[in-house]
Amino acid sequence: MSTLAANWRTVIRSGLIAGGVALYTALIGMLVAFDEREVVRNSFTLGQLLLVAPAVLVGWLTGRKSIEVPAVQLLLRGLVAGIVSSLPLLALLLVSSLVNLRTVLINVDKDLVRLISFDHGVGLSGALILASALGAAGILGAFVHLIPARLRHALLTALAWMLGAGILGELVRQLLSQFLDREALSWFLRRDTLKPEPAAVLFAVVLLADLFWSWFRETRGRREGPAPRALQFTRVGGLAVLLLLLPLLVGSAISDVLSNIGLYILMGLGLNIAVGLAGLFDLGYVTNFAVGAYTMGVLTSTGVLGIENKMGVTVFNFWLVLPVSLLVAMFTGFILALPVLRMRGDYLAIATLGFGEIIRLLALSDWLKPIIGGAQGVLFIPAPNFFGVELIGPQRLYYIILGACLLAIFVSSRLNNSRTGRQWMAIREDEDVASAMGINTARSKLLAFTISAATGGVAGAIFAAKLGTIFPTSFNLLVSVNVLSLIIIGGLGSLPGIIVGALFLVGLPELLREFDEFRLLLYGTLMVTMMLARPEGLWPSAVYQREVRRGEERAPPQAGEQAA
Amino acid sequence: MTKTRTVSRNRILGVPLPAGRSGVDLVISALRIIIVALIIIGAGNTLLEGRFTFEQWLALLFAGLAQGSIYALIALGYTLVYGILRMINFAHGDVFMAGAFTTVFLANSFRHSGFLDSQPLLAILILMGFAALVSMTVAVLLERIAYRPLRNAPRLVPLITAIGASFFIQYTFRGLFGSGFKAYPTVAFLRGTFSVGSINVPIAQLFVFLSAIVLMLCLYWLVERTRIGKAMRSVSEDKEVATLMGVNIDLIIVFTFAIGGALAGAAGVINGLFRPQGVNFFMGFFPGIKAFTAAVLGGIGNIPGAMLGGMFLGVIEAIGPNLVLNGLGIPSANQLKDVIAFTMLVLVLIFRPQGILGERLSAEKA
Repeated sequence: MSTLAANWRTVIRSGLIAGGVALYTALIGMLVAFDEREVVRNSFTLGQLLLVAPAVLVGWLTGRKSIEVPAVQLLLRGLVAGIVSSLPLLALLLVSSLVNLRTVLINVDKDLVRLISFDHGVGLSGALILASALGAAGILGAFVHLIPARLRHALLTALAWMLGAGILGELVRQLLSQFLDREALSWFLRRDTLKPEPAAVLFAVVLLADLFWSWFRETRGRREGPAPRALQFTRVGGLAVLLLLLPLLVGSAISDVLSNIGLYILMGLGLNIAVGLAGLFDLGYVTNFAVGAYTMGVLTSTGVLGIENKMGVTVFNFWLVLPVSLLVAMFTGFILALPVLRMRGDYLAIATLGFGEIIRLLALSDWLKPIIGGAQGVLFIPAPNFFGVELIGPQRLYYIILGACLLAIFVSSRLNNSRTGRQWMAIREDEDVASAMGINTARSKLLAFTISAATGGVAGAIFAAKLGTIFPTSFNLLVSVNVLSLIIIGGLGSLPGIIVGALFLVGLPELLREFDEFRLLLYGTLMVTMMLARPEGLWPSAVYQREVRRGEERAPPQAGEQAA
Repeated sequence: MTKTRTVSRNRILGVPLPAGRSGVDLVISALRIIIVALIIIGAGNTLLEGRFTFEQWLALLFAGLAQGSIYALIALGYTLVYGILRMINFAHGDVFMAGAFTTVFLANSFRHSGFLDSQPLLAILILMGFAALVSMTVAVLLERIAYRPLRNAPRLVPLITAIGASFFIQYTFRGLFGSGFKAYPTVAFLRGTFSVGSINVPIAQLFVFLSAIVLMLCLYWLVERTRIGKAMRSVSEDKEVATLMGVNIDLIIVFTFAIGGALAGAAGVINGLFRPQGVNFFMGFFPGIKAFTAAVLGGIGNIPGAMLGGMFLGVIEAIGPNLVLNGLGIPSANQLKDVIAFTMLVLVLIFRPQGILGERLSAEKA
């Protein structure tokens, strides 16, 4: 009896937590901002999806812990959790009908009330419809447990595809417009929104394909062992062709997003050497980026600040300055690393953060204005020229970034498995032990900082050539934090993790403009939740995972020993 | 043959390094000499030129002390938490912001209702209490949700969480209250100046300084003279032994976060009355970093050290640009005020990580 009461208490508590999350998204303006984007035309918006998501999730969660209970009770729990999760929003509706909250909480406005009451206003009908909608969402979440496993997988996959295509409508339009004319395209999309019919077709196709695939795999049996060589070659070849054709396929706007992702991958690869491999927590990575960009700017600019106007030197072009930027960044990285070699962990993080801010403030100051332009920045940086072809615009610059990324990936993966890489990992795990094992820790750390800086410098140089102008405001702490978040969320020390991290954290907010405002909120939330739930990252490296999880693996045997 | 090999190993980018740590020592000593030389040259130049009068220096000193006492109040939060958990609460600047940003609405409503002008002291006390409550709540939630589950995790993990939490708090408040700048109301009685002979001190500065001193004395009393203060000190000395003595560690940690948060919230209101402008979601970042500098400067984990470090940093920040940078011929030196603070931070971390009053930290702690 008491366990039953405890179960219900859990249901109510998780319902309240979900309601708190829903209230939070409402108050910070996320719901209304996302309401701008329709997922399926005239059917539902991203805001509505976000509104019911906590209730669905909590319904699913309450069902997960009670597999053996009868179906009716399972659904009842979902219903209760869903209705409970509507309580905070109901309170919000009530309060906002009595007081004008908008003078303090800027997001509690007509739009929010309209959204959470499903157009029924603050009255009883609005409250009832909100409670019943979230209750239904809770039942839906609980119902997922009652579907047979194979069908469930297929349904969820199909749903994910449909929602993905709906949310990333712009990307879908770009892709389809390569193959279809305007008329055919208008069957699929209106502006960038998926129409209901193609959404249903997509859902059905993916559903059937998934069912067929799971049936096919079951009857054929799973193939064991590594893929044959020919298949590996086809995969690599296919990937290479895809990467080369990508900017042509997706058009200019998305190529720009790809270029940004590429720059962040490049910086992520660099910072990964310091943070992921050597465990040197560098919060001032923007320093290297800025040094690279300003080197490129000052040496190639055709404006007043360019060396061309100042000294009449005209030999510098992008290709010549790229290695120069790399060397200058390496040199600054080396110089700045010298004084911080003794510091560890938190102190190192704060000191490097200090460097990053000092560089930004110096770039802004009047003192260095004659050299690097102060707040006005460096203008007129020419685009790179490749054997007479001017590489202007994201679709062409993409190839430079792709090349740099591939090179950096190659170097990183070689370093990962080298003697130096193993030394770095030893330092990361325990510096004192590493030193006792005969590793020259000062030398290793300097090397890590220097190589890490080089990649940042290259990214900065390409960034300067890409934009054509650079301003000190581009080089703030947020760059360091962005890069740091993507390597942490992808998985420290893991190369695929960096790419996954950059795609998610840089690509997604740029494709979803509504998301941009909440980008840093998302980074913060992800960093905290990742550290709590999955500290090794989305796509972890095996070594780091072992290291992070070490404490947990050891704990159970100790308890066992005590019991024995 | 072997010898050449060792030498070549200690070369990085062609720069030869003597083996092991001595190379780093050499660089650090050189850096120390360069910095001392720059300071002496700069200060000497400024003083010889006689660019400022004695009164002007004194005014800078008072402004520095006032700003420094705000840093000191925030720094106490870093130091208290560090003393007990040996971790840097990176999000503490945002705890300060939370109190200051939320209270700006209450302060303005007090202004509109006339309460602020009729009963200024009472109104300010209520504002400080409210801000302290908000910041305390944020700090306690932060501890409960983000830090407590990670108490035994590898060192890097809580640091990452703290950075994430810092952004989470900032952008939550941006979402709640908007991204625009707000301003505290100006209080009539803080506008005048207080004169002793030829020396004039703005009352606002005096107010900031005195209220900070009062708060610090309260804290000192709490830590040194009360039962819970004794428990805090014992946890800071040795967690396990404290547990054996019947101290509830979790409670003490929550209490520490609460006290640090309350001080930061009060500092938020004091800061708002001192400098009404510029209240927004990002306002905690620079004070946070500077307060951290102050805490390290005074010796992190050391309560009087944080107070001293805060005042010291405030004064350096006020006087430094005019004294040193002007003398070195750098134009618009006051633009570089924050550079002075950050340089100070880096220098303290390099040369004296144990701070002015701090114990010599072992390598593991630093």
